[in-house]
Amino acid sequence: MDYSVNYDVIWRNLHNLFYGLGLGLYMALVSVALGSLIGLVLAFSLVSKRKLFRVLSGIYVAVIRNIPLMIIILFIYFGLPDVGLTFAEQPSFIFALTIYTGAYIAEVFRGGLLAIPKGVGEAGMAVGMSNFQINIFIKIPILIRSVMPALSNNYISLFKDTSVAAIVAVPELTFQTRKINTDTFRTIEAWSSASVLYVVACLLIAILLRRVERRVAIPK
Amino acid sequence: MSTGFSNELWASRFILLDGIGTCIFVSFLAIVFGTIVGIVVGLPLTYGNFIFRFLARAYTDFIRGIPVLVLILTFYFVLSVLGLNLTAMQAGIASLSIFSSAHVAEMLRGGLQNVQKGQIEAAKAVGLSFFQTFLYVSLPQALRQILPTWINTAVETTKGSTLVSIIGVVEITLVMQQIIGRNFLSMEFYALAGLIYFIICFSIERFGKFIEKKVAIK
Repeated sequence: MDYSVNYDVIWRNLHNLFYGLGLGLYMALVSVALGSLIGLVLAFSLVSKRKLFRVLSGIYVAVIRNIPLMIIILFIYFGLPDVGLTFAEQPSFIFALTIYTGAYIAEVFRGGLLAIPKGVGEAGMAVGMSNFQINIFIKIPILIRSVMPALSNNYISLFKDTSVAAIVAVPELTFQTRKINTDTFRTIEAWSSASVLYVVACLLIAILLRRVERRVAIPK
Repeated sequence: MSTGFSNELWASRFILLDGIGTCIFVSFLAIVFGTIVGIVVGLPLTYGNFIFRFLARAYTDFIRGIPVLVLILTFYFVLSVLGLNLTAMQAGIASLSIFSSAHVAEMLRGGLQNVQKGQIEAAKAVGLSFFQTFLYVSLPQALRQILPTWINTAVETTKGSTLVSIIGVVEITLVMQQIIGRNFLSMEFYALAGLIYFIICFSIERFGKFIEKKVAIK
């Protein structure tokens, strides 16, 4: 075998790789933010008194959690144009990722809502707050703080999921790596670099998010 | 040209069934191999001395930091450059196994370390050896505890098996792309793909819940 490892091409393309990495982080961030909104609405209907809400949101969560991300992406990118809904690559990927993560975040939020002590809501009622006010001013702030660790894990796994965007030609890290691979045949260099970049990025985000978690954690 | 969804579906029934078979085959092997490797890595991760623990930790953390798709592409392309020519199917199964093994190792460690200290001490007190303690005290409790997470990993691995379509394994996703390439019914057939995956994954999940109930301590 005559393959000599040479990382020159990686150094020359480093800006592309970092751009791809940044794009992945950005898309995951947008998705986690939008997905949290979906998750919040779903979580409240998952614990709602109305059976219809519970059933509908339960179906959403069960269906989305059991369908691979790639199928959702393909459906939105290639399927929806059939009924006149056409999105560009990046918006359609963010859309798919948001729908996907919404189901996971809903479960996280549901657990968080159920963990809020009953007395907190009753206290709100006692000072004359409406149900809506209790939810907005009492429950949601407690919820956000208590689910931060789960939410940051979610962000990290979403960031890894952005690699799937390569299949609809969003130029993130995996796409860039594949491009280097096919352009230069520097296979080992390309994929080892991508792996290391992903691992290091995940590690750094994890460390950063642990700090954020400590700041927002509810003091015991 | 397309002759309507039901006709197209009927015309492609055999490749579709083939694709479903391949999907189940790949996922099943990946879960089995992943569990075996996961146990092999998980034990030193829990009980190993400094060096073994460090190696196992490096393995799990590294693998868990890489997206499944990158793992699949790396396996497929890099190994062939290194002279190890795996078929797409073998590379797919191998990379999915590696992916799930890291998760299994981590959950095994969690399960084993969560066994109460008093139990281990009790086992020591009645004179069980380390191996006996592991086999009769720690492991049964750990297995019961990690079952839900293990089922979850099985579902994740099955969902991850869609990604092997990218290196050319003809499972459900790639079959759908072939069918759509012929009749352009993207929406219908991708929705069908979603439905099929839902049925497979939901069944795994339900089956897991069933086993969980069976083995639960009453």
